[in-house]
Parts: sequence; structure tokens; C-alpha cells
Amino acid sequence: MKAHAIRRLWQRLEDSLDFIFPGGSNPLRNLGAIACLMFAILLLSGIYLYAVFDTSVQGAWQSVDALSRDQPFVGGWLRSMHRYAADGFMISTILHLVREWILGHHSRFRRMTWLTGIPLLAFMYVSGIGGFWLNWDRLGQYAAVASAELLDALPLMATSLSRNFLSAEAVGDRLFSLLVFVHLGVPLLLLFGLWFHLQRITRPKILPPRSLLIGLLTSLGILALALPVISGPPADLSRAATTLPLDWILLHLLPLADLLSARPTWILIAAIFAVLFAVAMRPASVALPVAVVDADNCNGCRRCVEDCPYSAITLEDHPNGKRGQQIAVVAAERCASCGICAGACPSATPFRSVIELVNGIDMPQQSVDTLRRSLLDTLAAAKTPQIIAFGCEHGLDVEHLGEADVTGYNLLCIGLLPPSFIEYALRAGAAGVIISGCAEGACEFRLGNTWTAQRLRGEREPHLRRNVASTDYRVVFAGHRERSMLTKAINDLRSNAATGIHP
Amino acid sequence: MNKFGVWLGQGLLYAALAVVIAIFSRWPAYQNLAPDRALIKISISHQSQLLGDCVEQSPAELAKLPPNMRAPKRCPRERSPLTVEVDVDGKLAHRQVAKPSGLSGDGAAVVYRRLEVPAGKHHIEIRMKDNARSEGFDYTRSEDVDLAPAEILVVDFDAAERRITLQ
Repeated sequence: MKAHAIRRLWQRLEDSLDFIFPGGSNPLRNLGAIACLMFAILLLSGIYLYAVFDTSVQGAWQSVDALSRDQPFVGGWLRSMHRYAADGFMISTILHLVREWILGHHSRFRRMTWLTGIPLLAFMYVSGIGGFWLNWDRLGQYAAVASAELLDALPLMATSLSRNFLSAEAVGDRLFSLLVFVHLGVPLLLLFGLWFHLQRITRPKILPPRSLLIGLLTSLGILALALPVISGPPADLSRAATTLPLDWILLHLLPLADLLSARPTWILIAAIFAVLFAVAMRPASVALPVAVVDADNCNGCRRCVEDCPYSAITLEDHPNGKRGQQIAVVAAERCASCGICAGACPSATPFRSVIELVNGIDMPQQSVDTLRRSLLDTLAAAKTPQIIAFGCEHGLDVEHLGEADVTGYNLLCIGLLPPSFIEYALRAGAAGVIISGCAEGACEFRLGNTWTAQRLRGEREPHLRRNVASTDYRVVFAGHRERSMLTKAINDLRSNAATGIHP
Repeated sequence: MNKFGVWLGQGLLYAALAVVIAIFSRWPAYQNLAPDRALIKISISHQSQLLGDCVEQSPAELAKLPPNMRAPKRCPRERSPLTVEVDVDGKLAHRQVAKPSGLSGDGAAVVYRRLEVPAGKHHIEIRMKDNARSEGFDYTRSEDVDLAPAEILVVDFDAAERRITLQ
């Protein structure tokens, strides 16, 4: 109950931002892509910083400090971008994690994606903290000593890592080269881990929409110019760092370890990671039926394979034994039960002259045959012309609009709708058709809106035939706070019918 | 929402993000050590004495061993725990008994501890025991030190000269 309330609250927050960030550019719906953008800035700016960085103990501070002093508009700006992008990376990643948790995106078909994301958190922290060591100023000294003390609490090394920072003589160039290697190697591991993280997602969004990308780059760029990052005094291991301008976004773990001491901090970290792993392993409360393939109606055309948002469908040799013919095979543990595959199937057209419409791939809980029967019954029994609204369970509710002249169907996802149903409904007497999906950029199954829009525009198969007049249907991709868009679409279709545009 | 509202809203939110990063990437200042305090770092990594002596093996014992393992002496690998006590101004500030590292307990024992003290003059006494078979402490050092604010005094052990060092 409580989790549900938090989910509703988060969804309201996201819906509210849709007004300010229209067209799918809502930052809360693009947190993963924002994190990838920040990571890309880190990698690109890091290349230049590495080129000018002196990997010796004596030269490290000077080479970094010189960036800000001698070349403020290139090196200094890039250095500041590097730091602020790291801050942005941490913020967007943590928010991404929180969002996916709140929305319940951690189990069933998303389990592997969630699990492969957890180690990336550790890589992010190591990369973030490790970057401060290389500055080798007073803050870097604190970061190095505090993180070494934290690592010493783990029974990993035979000798104390902290002993490497006891005096200036103890810090050798070789140790510094190792620190550089860690700061280069761990982000590369993160990049590799990111590849795993995205393995089960078809066409992942690795960059945010253009307007959001420009907005983020501009705001970080202006911040880097207005408030450049500069080095503190050089590290001096004979004196303790006292008052520090700490980057709380990246280094919060170190003061926490100072407060709790090292072992409780590790216990806390281990507990957080255990909870993150455990939440994904909890069995789903409801086992949803997954897509079912009918061998007699599947010719291995590959459209469902292309359209599945979670790479749950593959092709194998057809059991009919005909050479070269293939059949779709659904991996149940990856299937999101969204039905986008059914909407992509060419055999799902309601115009087929069969009593029972059985298509190549379908959802047992909401088959296209049931939809066709219900649609025909509704239109045949209606005393007044009906507007047919095809909606989505996760978007605006179109089944309970309370309008006498509107009949709605909440589909598993709007991507389940074969476009030919629009023409079919109109030919069967519908006064108009509404296709309603989640808000732009908010599709619960990622690609339902995109594929639907492309199918209606004729850019993707199966497409809506050109002979269907665009005035006869309306597409509404709206969040819960944009109900007026649906109302307007209904009124438009009513007025069309009244003026006889397409009686 | 009209275009002006969208631009204004976006501008404000991008500015808010920049302000959050600008503030929390440097503020509030973290007080790692109070300005009037100094630090004593006890950091000793030392291989203690072996727990037992080497034992001559009898001809009968040697005969039981495979030919390639017939060493005349059998030497235990396990080392003594390392005990370190530090008094500051006559009061026990830290006591630690560290086990030798390694699966066989034959590695170095590590003692690491930070002690915050007020800057100024202090009398420090360090006692170290690295031999479980001896009585009392094997090494001691007593020193008067004058620590400047934020100064770090490192207590270590020089294995070559076999003495406790203060740096």
C-alpha cells in the first residue's frame, strides 16, 4: 500500500514535468540516458586531462593546477566539466536507481538488467573517489588517506594500504602510476559493465533527446565557466588536512566512514548491496502469461523479433521441417507480457476471413481475436455511433470515460494494437478511432508508443493503409495530468461526425 | 503550456541543477580535523618472532617422510601476535593485539590507528611486544613531543635497526 502511494507520487511528479519538458524530453523519464551522457562527457574530457597529466608525485599537482591557471578556457574548462559531469553522473545514476525501484522495475523480465546495474554503482564510486587522488592537493590527500583507511578494514591485503601515505617519501611515482591506472581502468570496467546492463534492452536510449542534451550541456558548460574547479594547496603528508571544500556529491562515503568508522561503513555498504540484490530475487506477486506462438500461423517473418523491446524473441527452425522457414520462440523469463509482438504480427489483421482469428504470436490474456469479437459486438449493438478508443493499461483509462458514445479498450500496451484494427473499426461503423498511449517518452514497455506512431505513419510494418483518412482517428500520447488532450480528441471526432467530414 | 512557460520552466530547472552541483560540490566545508588539534598515527607493520623453535627430526621421523621432504629440521611458521600500547600524557590511549596475516599466521601483523590530540606538548610512551615467549614488552620508547596544529606524528617500527621510530 505504502509502495503504491510512493509510486503514485513519483508518477505525479513525472507527469507534472511533462508540461515543462514536452515531446518526451522529461529528464525524470530519461535518467539512464542522462547518466550515459554524463559518462560520455567524463570519457571525452578525461582523454585531454590524461594527455596533459604528469603521472609523477612531484608533477601531478602542478600539471592539474596549471590547467586551471595557464589554460582556463580549454584545460580549465574541460577539467571543470570533468568534475561537474562526475557530479551529474552520480546524481542521475542514483535517481535512475531510485526511479526504477519505485516503479517496480527490478524483477521479472527486468531482473537481469537490474542485477547487472548494481556492480556499476561500485565502479562509479571507485572512479569518482579515485579522481580526487590524482589532483594531489589537500582534498586529494584526504581522499587518498581516508579511502586507504577504509580499504584497510577489508581483509584483502596482507599489508596496510594506508602506510603508503604516511610520509612524502612513502608516496612513490610507481604508486601514483597505479592510482592513474585505477582511475583509467575502473571507468573502462564500468563501460564494459554498461554493455552487459543494456544487453536485454532493444535499441537502448544511450543519449537523451536533443533538447535535453543541449540543455544539460549548456548548463554544465556555463557552470564550468562561471565557477571553475581549482586545486587546493598541494598535498603535505606531514600535516593533516583540516577544513576541506568537500564534494559531498562524490565523496560523501568518506566522511560517513569518519563518522561510523570503517567496519560499520562496510557493513552498511554490504547491507545496501544485499538489499539491492534481494529486491530483484523476490518472486513476482503475479505471474503474467507470456506471448504464445502458433506454429501454423507463424512464418518467421521476424517483425516480432525486431519490435520486442526486451530481446525476448528469437527465431529457430520451423517444426514443419520446410527448408529455410523459421518460427518465433519466446524466452518466457524475458517476456514483458506487453503484446507489442502481437501488434507487429502480419497475421493479426482482423480482415482475415476466419471465424477464430489466430495469429502467429499473441497474448493469452488479451488476444486479437477477443478484441475483434468485442469490437464487432459493441458496434453492432450500439444505438448511437460509437467512437472507439484503444488505450493502454498504463496510460489514461479509456474504458471508464463515462461517455455514452465512446467505447474504450485498455490494452496491455498500445503497441499491441495492429494498425488494421483502426480501418476495421471504421468500416464496421465506428464514428472515429482514438489511439491513446502513455505520455511521450513514458511508455511502460519503452517502444510501444514509438512503434505505434511509426506504424500509423507508414514507416514501420504492419502499417496503417493510406486509404484511412487522418481525420478519422486521433493519436493521444498523454500522461495522467494531460487528460484534456484525450477530451479534445474525442470532441474533434464528434465534431467531424456532426459536420459529416467522414460520415 | 505556452512556449514562454516551457522555456522559463526549463531554464529554471537547468539553473536549479547547476546550483545544486555548484553548492554541494564544495559546500558545506568538511572539518576533517579541528584547527587546534594534531594527529598521532600509529602505523606498524611488523613480522613478529616465530612462536616455536626449529626441532631436529629423528631418523625414524625422517624415514616416514617422502625422500624429497626429509629436511633435518622442522620449523614452525606461525608468528607471535604483535601487541602495541601507546600512552599519551600518562594515560593509555591505544592498546591493540594484532594477529599475523596469512593463512598460516606467518605474515606481518599490522597496527594502524589515528589518535587526535590537542596541539602542543605531550609525553608519549610506546610499548611493543613481538615475542609471545618473552616476558614483558620487547621494545619501548618514551618521548616528549611538541606538536603544531594539524601536525602528524607517525609512530612506526624500524625492522632493520629494531627500534620504535617517531617521524
